Amino acid sequence: MPMLEVRDVHAYYGNIHALKGISLNVEKGEIVTLIGANGAGKTTTLRTISGLLKPRQGKVFLEGEDLARYKAHELVYKGMAMVPEGRGVFSKLTVAENLDMGAYHRTDKDGIQEDLERVFSLFPRLKERRNQVAGTLSGGEQQMLATARALMARPTLLLMDEPSMGLAPILVEGIFDTIQEINKEGTTILLVEQNAHMALQVAHRGYVLQTGEIVLADTADKLRENPVVQKAYLGIE
Amino acid sequence: MRQRLESISFIDIILWLFRTLIIVAVIWGTVATIFNNPYSAENWIDFLVFGIAQGSLYALIALGYMLVYGILFMINFAHGEFFMSGVFTATVFVADPLNQIGFLNAHPILALIIITLVAMAVSMGIALLTERVAYRPLRRAPRLVPLITAIGASFFWQYFFRGLYGSGVHAFPTVDALKGNLTIAGIEILKTQVVVIVASVLLLIALYIFVMRTKTGKAIRAVAEDKDVAALMGIDVDRTIAITFATGAAMAGAAGILYALLFRQVHFFMGFVPGIKAFTAAVLGGIGSVPGAALGGLFLGVFESVGPSLFLEGLGITASYQLKDVIAFTMLVLVLIFRPQGIIGERLAEEKA
Repeated sequence: MPMLEVRDVHAYYGNIHALKGISLNVEKGEIVTLIGANGAGKTTTLRTISGLLKPRQGKVFLEGEDLARYKAHELVYKGMAMVPEGRGVFSKLTVAENLDMGAYHRTDKDGIQEDLERVFSLFPRLKERRNQVAGTLSGGEQQMLATARALMARPTLLLMDEPSMGLAPILVEGIFDTIQEINKEGTTILLVEQNAHMALQVAHRGYVLQTGEIVLADTADKLRENPVVQKAYLGIE
Repeated sequence: MRQRLESISFIDIILWLFRTLIIVAVIWGTVATIFNNPYSAENWIDFLVFGIAQGSLYALIALGYMLVYGILFMINFAHGEFFMSGVFTATVFVADPLNQIGFLNAHPILALIIITLVAMAVSMGIALLTERVAYRPLRRAPRLVPLITAIGASFFWQYFFRGLYGSGVHAFPTVDALKGNLTIAGIEILKTQVVVIVASVLLLIALYIFVMRTKTGKAIRAVAEDKDVAALMGIDVDRTIAITFATGAAMAGAAGILYALLFRQVHFFMGFVPGIKAFTAAVLGGIGSVPGAALGGLFLGVFESVGPSLFLEGLGITASYQLKDVIAFTMLVLVLIFRPQGIIGERLAEEKA
């Protein structure tokens, strides 16, 4: 049974048919990436999986359980966490308060403390700035915070929406290293990226999304060698 | 430069003349009052202390506007009715009976705590009901819709409680222990005013700690900033919004009892004017923050109390106290002209509005 299964999902924004029958699955322990151009429906797919947007048709399963009857905030209790688009840190809250919010649903104080130390060792910068208001952090630091905050939920499935967006190239490498590290520690990851080059390097498998439909699905290595992908997403002629 | 001069219209000139006139009148009145000196130092201190007491009530009520505006960007015009419903119900069902059996004067502190808790509970109940029935279904509606609904809810509760308890003015029972004055540092202050000021300060501190330090308070601030992301953190957004309404209403309920101690009467329409004034205070202070609301309330209360005598009597206006609302709202207009974001805090009409 896959950890996450999206089965023939149709979703709308008002009258716009944003997702036209998406199906994908993510196995336990994998990094799966979803690549595509702007407006292809990548963020919509993540919003649908995380319960922020209800699909008009089709289903989403987490470890075999239909998620239709859960609200977005209940899915955290099922082991799902998300690094939202544009980082989405609470800019008026301090770094420490943001991390507290990541662990909002948990009551195991010792575990939370343990995870706090873990994310601080992963991102030492955040430890230095723990009492600073998040809005004053740099873009890279905010991305670290958004990732660290999601890890504070101790998720089994981590959804990441464009973690590399707006970051300097040197920071992008750091973020992808972190993604691999998190994955090695046992977290399954669904990674949405515009930076197909980096995404296909860290992922095991990938899906290519085009105007609300999945047009290609393969292992990351094969996608990297696919001429269509090379031309459209990797900039190789 | 030339272009700038040309862009100044006739109306602008009139407006600036008008503003200057107000400021000149205020200064003139103040100077004249100081030279004529119709009041003793004790009078001024009385005005000031009363202003602080009244201002701390405005501050408590203003918090409700501030919290709800912070989280929903909605101006909850029914908030004055949350204030009224609690104290009115507590007066009719608790304070009056306790007074009749003599409990109120035998154990004044215990009795007042019970009365206050009942008022807070009723205010919270009314707020939760209003939020669930009238506001929540309209969460995704255009901004004007909940505003109109709030005005409707305000009228609904006014006439609901009028129907329930009658349209007359109920006297709030006198508490013997709070009669008379207390001398603090050589200044005589009414005991009720001391109670009002101390209780308000304690409640403000409690609220500040609740919002800034507790998990629920952090969740309120998180939801205020981004509801979708807050939901992704596992925060139940609807529940958090309900808690926010209840918190503001609890403050209003407590403020109601303090109001009754100060003015010794309750009636179905009592929420309207303090509600509007507290809203003014929230805007005055800067609607985004707890200290802002508190400062705005204090400012307004003191201006209303000291202002008429200080600014107007020197101009030869008699019975100036009746013009206190003119002072209050002139203050609001002046603050909004010169500092649209309030004393501290954020602008009302940027991106959010």
